[in-house]
Amino acid sequence: MAANEIEALIRGAIPDATVEIRDLAGDGDHYAARVVSASFAGMSRVRQHQAVYAALGGRMGDELHALQLETAVPSGDHQ
Amino acid sequence: MTNAPTTDAATTDVGQRIDALVKSNDILLFMKGTPLFPQCGFSSRAIAILEHLGQPFETVDVLQDQEVRQGIKDYSEWPTVPQLYVHGEFVGGSDIMMEMFESGELKQLVGEPAA
Repeated sequence: MAANEIEALIRGAIPDATVEIRDLAGDGDHYAARVVSASFAGMSRVRQHQAVYAALGGRMGDELHALQLETAVPSGDHQ
Repeated sequence: MTNAPTTDAATTDVGQRIDALVKSNDILLFMKGTPLFPQCGFSSRAIAILEHLGQPFETVDVLQDQEVRQGIKDYSEWPTVPQLYVHGEFVGGSDIMMEMFESGELKQLVGEPAA
């Protein structure tokens, strides 16, 4: 799965998200993503990650083998 | 009493089976492989974190039980393994474990290691 596809899926579901994707192994199969969105405010980490997984619509753990995920709210917008 | 998952016909409802496991173990990791032989880098990382915390923990090898392998994803609404449960609550996967380990939150959650 290509990095830009992953980004498009996430931004499709979380339009304000800033998405940074790194291809960890250079094999198009192991990625790390950092997703920053104001919509995560007030959500637990588990809920934030679940929102990203939902955006990926079942591909996670399937055609998308490994995605290391980090989520955050925009800085200056904590709490 | 055993904590190992079984494939007995007596335990058909996988959700109930997972629920019982989660509630009867203070620190429980669903993983691929065993602590000694993790079968995936993410599970390996989760084990390294738990060993560092120094509290006893139990593991379930989802590769040994296809029902649990799928069932735990539905139970937690979480698409990947490993998955950590502490005191019956879902904590997260290995990324969240690492973040919480680094911030000290995970240590707080599981308590101080036994002397």
